[in-house]
Amino acid sequence: MIEIKDLHKSYKMGSNSLHVLKGINFTAEAGELVAIMGSSGSGKSTLLNILGMLDEADSGDYTLDGVPIKNLNETKAAKYRNKFLGFIFQSFNLINYKSAMENVALPLYYQKIPRKERQERAMKYLEQVGLKEWAHHLPSELSGGQKQRVAIARAMAAEPKVLLADEPTGALDSTTSYEVMDLIQKINDQGNTILVVTHEDDIAHMCKRIIHLKDGVIEKDEKVTQVRASQYV
Amino acid sequence: MFSKDRWKEIMEVLSSNVLRTVATAFGVGWGIFILIILLAAGKGLENGIRQEFNGVATNTLFMWSEKTSMAYQGLPEGREFSFKLEDVDLIRRNVPGLRIVSPRNSMGRSDGDNVIRGTEGGQYRVFGDYPEIIEQNSIFTSKGRFLNHKDINEKRKVVVIGNGIRKDLYDTDEEVIGTYVKISGINFMVVGIYKEKSSNGGGEDSERQIYMPFTTFSQAYNRADNVGWMAITAEDGKSISQLNKTILKTVKESRKVHPDDERAIGYFDLYEQYNRVESLFGAISFIAYFVGVLVLISGVIGVSNIMLIVIKERTKEIGIRRALGENPWSIKLQILMESIFLTIVSGMVGIIFGSFTIYSINAVLDSVGPVNMFLNPSVSLGVVLIAMGILVIAGLLAGFIPANKAIKIRPIEALRIE
Repeated sequence: MIEIKDLHKSYKMGSNSLHVLKGINFTAEAGELVAIMGSSGSGKSTLLNILGMLDEADSGDYTLDGVPIKNLNETKAAKYRNKFLGFIFQSFNLINYKSAMENVALPLYYQKIPRKERQERAMKYLEQVGLKEWAHHLPSELSGGQKQRVAIARAMAAEPKVLLADEPTGALDSTTSYEVMDLIQKINDQGNTILVVTHEDDIAHMCKRIIHLKDGVIEKDEKVTQVRASQYV
Repeated sequence: MFSKDRWKEIMEVLSSNVLRTVATAFGVGWGIFILIILLAAGKGLENGIRQEFNGVATNTLFMWSEKTSMAYQGLPEGREFSFKLEDVDLIRRNVPGLRIVSPRNSMGRSDGDNVIRGTEGGQYRVFGDYPEIIEQNSIFTSKGRFLNHKDINEKRKVVVIGNGIRKDLYDTDEEVIGTYVKISGINFMVVGIYKEKSSNGGGEDSERQIYMPFTTFSQAYNRADNVGWMAITAEDGKSISQLNKTILKTVKESRKVHPDDERAIGYFDLYEQYNRVESLFGAISFIAYFVGVLVLISGVIGVSNIMLIVIKERTKEIGIRRALGENPWSIKLQILMESIFLTIVSGMVGIIFGSFTIYSINAVLDSVGPVNMFLNPSVSLGVVLIAMGILVIAGLLAGFIPANKAIKIRPIEALRIE
């Protein structure tokens, strides 16, 4: 599903440049649930941004579902993001003047799906995350956990190939975190490929594979026994 | 582009900070309001001044004889002379491009009443004229008939009197046509009443004159074949201002006036005056547009500014939307449409208020009666359409910089802002 070969990325900071990714190689198959771990500054967010086509690598190859991701202009990148990727952010990033349902329907709007169908599909995903009754509430009327579930529904709405979660539990307390992880696991059970960036050990162990990043290189890539989040909920 | 969602979004964004939106809109509305009012005021002035020319053949030259100032062909300087009827034919023959050449005579006001009817009397100007004068002066026959060529040929003793004279000498519902008035001792039958074409502006006085056949006048008051002055109108599309040299040359020759004698013949070129006024109208409307558009521009800059602030506020939102896969062009379009929509709506409000103000001014003008040099201030549909066009362009310009700025923001940077 995801293939990365010798990925390099550096940022220019004034006169000196900061080498953040120093040759990353990895492959993720369809249906995997991968945690990317590392301390701050290890390059995990940069890696996720490159995977999410929000940022571009300096060198190296990136193939997503057989499509080489290279030299994209913004229009094309937007199209690929919409088609291939679903984002889940630490700070939820819901649009605050739109209701939960409208937020979920947003990626479908960009696919020019008719209004009615959009709403139906949005409702379907809201139901999946257990927020059907909250469909017409604004994000400001939802709790943190609910917001993240709306965000997950939104990421799922366009039925992407890969879900990318950047510290999805970073802004949540542990109970809510486990609820969110439970949801992510269930989505994974349905066969979706998910990449989770986290620095929390317990969250990482709820995935099936952990990639440890340190100073811009992969320090360790291990398969782990998945801890089901449902047991804590 | 005109999808319901797009509009919903525009409304959501603009209504998220109502006070700010209204304050911004006010700038544009005010600009277009000023533009409309200025143009209407200019038009009112134009209408008022045009009114003065209403019905007058503006392409006209008036020419009269004065004293010669140079000796010529044995004739002394300081000689008084008069145009003759033959000069009229000479001009008609020698100067192509003239429509009407009217010789005119008049009787000045004398001491005491020169016009008497029964026990009533008054002092009025009396003209000896050809029938064509009705095409040159701003008058029309309101009752009876005007002079005709039969009157001229038969030297009939008939007159056409002004409506003001009718008011002076007759009872309100008295039959005027067929009655007789005594003018300087001679009786004339009244065959018609004339009125001024313009509804205001000195109407009373100019409706207190008497038109008499030229030939009758000459014979009755011993003018022989002398002509007091001439009113000469050029054909449409020819300028009398260009023909007047030829006309003057022709008369000078026949009256034995030195060709270089500038003071022997006096003239007044109405066309030149009219053109001067016309160019004034042009200048007024230019100033109105200039000032109005400048005021409008300051409003537009306001819109542009607010859009920039809105973009700044929405940076994160734009980042999210791009992460979710919105096309940058769609974002650009969205911002442009917000800007155009805001500009047009506020412009429309300005136009509506402007029209209402103009309407009120007209109502006041109607109730206080005619004001000198100002009449019916108004803007045409064309002007409103031009204003709308300016608004669309203004909206586009106002949204252009912010929209470009918005799509320059890279989604990753937009998302990083907390």
